[in-house]
Amino acid sequence: MTREEIESREDESMMDAPQINKPKPEEFFNVNYLRIYYGNLFPYSDIHKWLSYGHDGKHPGCDEYYFGRREFSFTLENDVYLRYKSFKNASSMEDAIRSHFPYKIDIGAVYSVDPDKRHAYSQTGSNVFTPVERELVFDIDITDYDDVRYCCSGADVCSKCWPLMTVAIKVIHTSLTEDFGFKHILWVFSGRRGVHCWVCDPKARRMTNEQRSAVAEYFRVYKGNENNARKVALMGYSLHPFLARSYVDYLKGFFEGELQATQSIFSTKDKYEKILAMISDEDIQSELRGKWENSARSSLSEEAISLVRWEQLKNTLQSKKHKAPTLRMCVEEIVFTFTYPRIDLEVSKQMNHLLKAPFCVHPKTGRVCVPIDPNNCDEFDPLAVPTLSQLIEEINSGGSRMDVDDDSDDSDTSLLGKSVKFFRSSFLEPLLKSCKEEIESSYKTKIGKSKDSLSW
Amino acid sequence: MEVIRSQKRTASNDVVSNPKIPLYLTAPPLEVRLEEFELFAIDRLRVLKGVSDGLARGKNPKEMDDVVDALWKEHMRHSDASEMLNKDIISHFVIRLVYCRSDELKKWFLSMETALFRHRFRLRNFEAQRAIVGEFGLPYKAVTGAELESLKERLGQVVRSLGQISPSVVNDICCVSVCFFSFLSFAVEAVYYKVPFEEVPDLVAGRRVLIQKGHAFVAGSQLVSLVVTQFRSHISKALILTNRKWMTTIREREKDRLTPIVEALSTTYVGPDYSQSNDYADISLKDIDQVSKSSFPLCMRHLFEKLREDHHLKHGGRMQLGLFLKGVGLKLDDALAFWRAEFSKKVGSERFDKEYAYGIRHNYGKEGKRTDYTPYACQKIISSAPGVGDHHGCPYRHFSEDNLRAALGRMGLSSRGMEDVMDKVRNKHYQLACTLTFEAVYGTSCDVGINHPNQYFEESQKILKSKTPAAPV
Repeated sequence: MTREEIESREDESMMDAPQINKPKPEEFFNVNYLRIYYGNLFPYSDIHKWLSYGHDGKHPGCDEYYFGRREFSFTLENDVYLRYKSFKNASSMEDAIRSHFPYKIDIGAVYSVDPDKRHAYSQTGSNVFTPVERELVFDIDITDYDDVRYCCSGADVCSKCWPLMTVAIKVIHTSLTEDFGFKHILWVFSGRRGVHCWVCDPKARRMTNEQRSAVAEYFRVYKGNENNARKVALMGYSLHPFLARSYVDYLKGFFEGELQATQSIFSTKDKYEKILAMISDEDIQSELRGKWENSARSSLSEEAISLVRWEQLKNTLQSKKHKAPTLRMCVEEIVFTFTYPRIDLEVSKQMNHLLKAPFCVHPKTGRVCVPIDPNNCDEFDPLAVPTLSQLIEEINSGGSRMDVDDDSDDSDTSLLGKSVKFFRSSFLEPLLKSCKEEIESSYKTKIGKSKDSLSW
Repeated sequence: MEVIRSQKRTASNDVVSNPKIPLYLTAPPLEVRLEEFELFAIDRLRVLKGVSDGLARGKNPKEMDDVVDALWKEHMRHSDASEMLNKDIISHFVIRLVYCRSDELKKWFLSMETALFRHRFRLRNFEAQRAIVGEFGLPYKAVTGAELESLKERLGQVVRSLGQISPSVVNDICCVSVCFFSFLSFAVEAVYYKVPFEEVPDLVAGRRVLIQKGHAFVAGSQLVSLVVTQFRSHISKALILTNRKWMTTIREREKDRLTPIVEALSTTYVGPDYSQSNDYADISLKDIDQVSKSSFPLCMRHLFEKLREDHHLKHGGRMQLGLFLKGVGLKLDDALAFWRAEFSKKVGSERFDKEYAYGIRHNYGKEGKRTDYTPYACQKIISSAPGVGDHHGCPYRHFSEDNLRAALGRMGLSSRGMEDVMDKVRNKHYQLACTLTFEAVYGTSCDVGINHPNQYFEESQKILKSKTPAAPV
């Protein structure tokens, strides 16, 4: 779309939008707001460029039907669910979104044929409708940490427990880049209480289900549920280098620092009994319990008490760890239980699993699913993410230009513009550059090959 | 490969040594007598069936090596080494022809041939293994020199993290490191291959290799993973091609000669999968609570109790229990009523219809690609990974000792019986533990061993019905 087209479209929808007075606090998500959001703010062309992976039709090596074979799904008001949606190009995607105003948009895999037309191929008997590419994705949700966070539970999240997500991003991101060599990784806020990760390298998109499963299992450490007490079991005589690096670089410091301050995991009997249960030796448990039950250090803060007890635990285990193999890495096991990332394995294992699109709005919080900078994730505050009503307010006060296709500096200052700019410069541009190089070089190879076959 | 009726046969010109395992890349230019066509295939099927049984009984890799060794010697032996190789190759291709004809057969063939290959490979010495790897023509090089040096410390960490004490191997590149590492008695191996991590998914999943910038460093002793992945991928593709050839030319052309033999060979050798319920297993909703206490194995009892208690189960639990109930004879309508009755108490019947009913119908093959899913066997359940909020999996494996003892107590085990069971659990023989539980509960012996929850149920029902034929059990 040209600039004029965008501006005139904007004007139209501005005129049609109802006059919005200052929104009541509880009305942070409704269809009218969605109309305005999808009418003016959602970055259609950025999403289209991303998911086209360079197949923009400008190069003879492009596959012009690539984007059209991607599955999308819409969740509408009243939980109506539409699967296997696909779009030829950016404007048909935009038209569809602006006619449905979905509460949620999910992105699926790129299939062998257009998802819309999948039934046309089922006559042949063999399964021709099959996923061929899909980003390697991860989903981390803070409710999976409910057994180790004391400030919130369930759907709530606060500044005390969010750092668990920050640590998770650091651990996983470092491994994806250092161990697996991936380069094009997008982290996105899920809108309420977690994060999603999209690994978009060509190698990643072509991984089989078995390979995805392998990576997910590589990341898996926590094997807990209410049926077992020792939820992290680190066997062997040392940690695998990946776990060792995560422990030394991120987990240990977080556990002994921020976590004690925010969660005080030793300060009450309930809390420390849970930790004692992770030590598989009754005598050691009793010894520590004895020390803690009787100590009346009421003058110390909760945090200070926790730290003292942690030191006592470490010292005791250090001297007694030869008693049994299960005690060898008990200290590390405790740290891992409280801090190591817990990913949802099922999301990562299968190519056909759908995942929420970036820049959607979460229906329960009204917050936009904005990208997170993995190199700066300490700065990210889930409670400061722009909400729909804030964005509407910004439009109403007529402040900055809401033209998100504008590359000028103005978009930096708007609430959403910052996120879109980050998406473009840190993720999209490097990705497209590398995609185009790949398309170019595989085209040259193909040409070269056919030239060879003709020559005699 | 040519099938002929004459007595004479052209012997293979290849000089073969025993260490070789054929890769079955192309059908060899041999002539086969019609009688041998069938006999060789039957012998190989005996081997494959033996492998299948061993796996179903949850044998560990070392035990499987022995099983395969014994099976091969019993059925595939020949005094002449080259004849033995011919039989190996011919029988594989015949079975491939037989088992390419449906998805179910293909899947079984692929799993068993891959397992067979894996264990035959493990039985070979390192030199023979290296030679086999070479035959695949993989472009992976050994890591040497400065690169190996820079990785040594972390490679050592990997070895130690696996808790094994490797034999210290003489490394003629760098003697200093041998001294250093053998002091720790966890020596880094002499040879490592640099391989894209995608080629060794099982090693990645188990964190059994060092991974850096997309490369996995595979030790010589881990080569089996690499080749098995290659082997499986090759056979999988070959099956599709063979199927195509069968459908388009062979079946018609051979309809008076080979086709009848091929069709007969496939019907006999797959174990019961409990997807069709039989007379013993026909439960109705009103009996289900009683039957769960009397005949369900521990894993299903736990899921059932949790469902009654929480009025909810997560996906893994719904699949494991739901398919089990299907195998036990619960019809779709009854299943829907059962799950709806429970889930409604927690999420309401409207939400049940919207979010969960589809999944149940899917399990019965009424939605989506309409596969009629088979109930999970023990092997699958044991290797599952229950996480937060899950109750599926195998209690003998996934429960803590205390929880398991409590659950066994509720099943009525005496303390003596419980000790026997716990002993098996400590040795990781989960299916034997379940078999002992069965024997303790019903006061009878179960020689064949439990390897499927529905088998437990059927055997249990048989016993109970024989005691009180009239009363519902």
